[in-house]
Amino acid sequence: MTLKDPIRSPIPFSRGNVRPLLNEIIHALDRLLDDDEPTVIDLASLPFAPGELEELEQTLGTGELTAELDALGKSFIRETEYPGVWWVEHHNTGGEVVGRYIEITRSPEILMSQDADVGAGRARLRDSFENSGPELNKEAGK
Amino acid sequence: MKTIPTLGDILQAQGVSRRGFMKYCAATASLLALPPAMVPRIAQALEQARRPSVIWLSFQECTGCTESLTRSSSPTLEGLIFDSISLDYHHTLQAASGDAAEAARHAAMEENMGQYLVLVDGSIPMGNPGFSTIAGISNYDMLMETVEGAAAVVAIGSCAAFGGIPGANPNPTGAVSVQDLVKDKPVVNVPGCPPIPMVITAVLAQFLTFGQLPELDIHGRPVAFFGQTIHDRCYRRPFYEQGKFAETFDDEGARKGWCLFKLGCKGPITYNACATVKWNAGTSFPIESGHPCLGCSEPGFWDKGGFYAPLSTGNFGSGGKLAGAAVAGVALGAAAAVAGRRRQAKYTKEA
Repeated sequence: MTLKDPIRSPIPFSRGNVRPLLNEIIHALDRLLDDDEPTVIDLASLPFAPGELEELEQTLGTGELTAELDALGKSFIRETEYPGVWWVEHHNTGGEVVGRYIEITRSPEILMSQDADVGAGRARLRDSFENSGPELNKEAGK
Repeated sequence: MKTIPTLGDILQAQGVSRRGFMKYCAATASLLALPPAMVPRIAQALEQARRPSVIWLSFQECTGCTESLTRSSSPTLEGLIFDSISLDYHHTLQAASGDAAEAARHAAMEENMGQYLVLVDGSIPMGNPGFSTIAGISNYDMLMETVEGAAAVVAIGSCAAFGGIPGANPNPTGAVSVQDLVKDKPVVNVPGCPPIPMVITAVLAQFLTFGQLPELDIHGRPVAFFGQTIHDRCYRRPFYEQGKFAETFDDEGARKGWCLFKLGCKGPITYNACATVKWNAGTSFPIESGHPCLGCSEPGFWDKGGFYAPLSTGNFGSGGKLAGAAVAGVALGAAAAVAGRRRQAKYTKEA
């Protein structure tokens, strides 16, 4: 065992909701690799028993990448220890969970910079650049 | 009619990023029980959506339904009020009172004629108009006047949907439901005592997003939330199939989380989404807390016998079908599952 080996959590299949989900994730990974087709599983629609959601989260573990988004409340996005399988959790401004998903994709859409935001940011930066003092303009080669 | 800004305009003016908007759309898709693949379509529709005016009327009720809505986590009530809907009249939440409040209701009706939604909680007393009045107006008169120019009516809670507790035997006020009185407008029933807050907001979100009301079952309830029984989606269902039941609230079965059928659980005949949507921001639901389902989203639930008497003893009119089956839990599980699915198919077909 090396430091690069992930620490795997035990998989206690105690009730039965986690195992079918893992199977669904395996098939979704097949579709991602074979057809480049992403999948989103909405966990809110599943009747978890007490502790099963935690069991699922523990089973999938934490991988190399974790991100936090702050837009209309926090969102926590992390790749699980299985690359391509992402745990995405949206919270509202009160901190309550408003959506919990497993995304099987190369990168969740919510992480991408959106064109509308990019455009607005460019306009803001251009405005700031054009209205900034001569020293900054000089430094920028204007 | 006044110019109403689109939701896209409002969010843009508030500096909400596209990412934030996409997140809002994902939560809305989840709320409407739609697949995540629908998010782009929801985003497109919501950007162009205009805030509908909402008039909320409270009649013979306990304010539990409003309490439920104010606990709604997705989207937040604040978001609903300020971003998604224009809540122009609500006794409990509005600042105005007396003549000013009534003037606000009339103004909202005139400005949004034919377009506004009327939400009603509480039943309407028909025995004597004086049993329940607002600003000297009887509940019946206020309801009929307000729904006249409405696009649709949403009956919130079992009292508005089916008469509820005020309508329970011997029904001293002659309480009736909204659908007993309103015949010329679409009526959506969101029963429950109280109803699940997310279901209330989902109906509003559906209207906002697609400009139409959700698909309904034979009791006028949204199929997306009332299409399956509590029992169908209950995490304790495997114990039912195995014939493992709690016999008392403190026996071994209760401690091990076995099925609550013998303690009077009405889950097998109650259509609602408690087992999946859950309560208090998805924390749990009554069965998860060790208490049987009372069947509060079914018509006449209050008059259908003891809450703690098993269905097999004849309550809810199901005794004949279910009698004795609880003893052989496996057989009961199979039979009830088939019955439940038949009923669900029938609802979907007839809706």
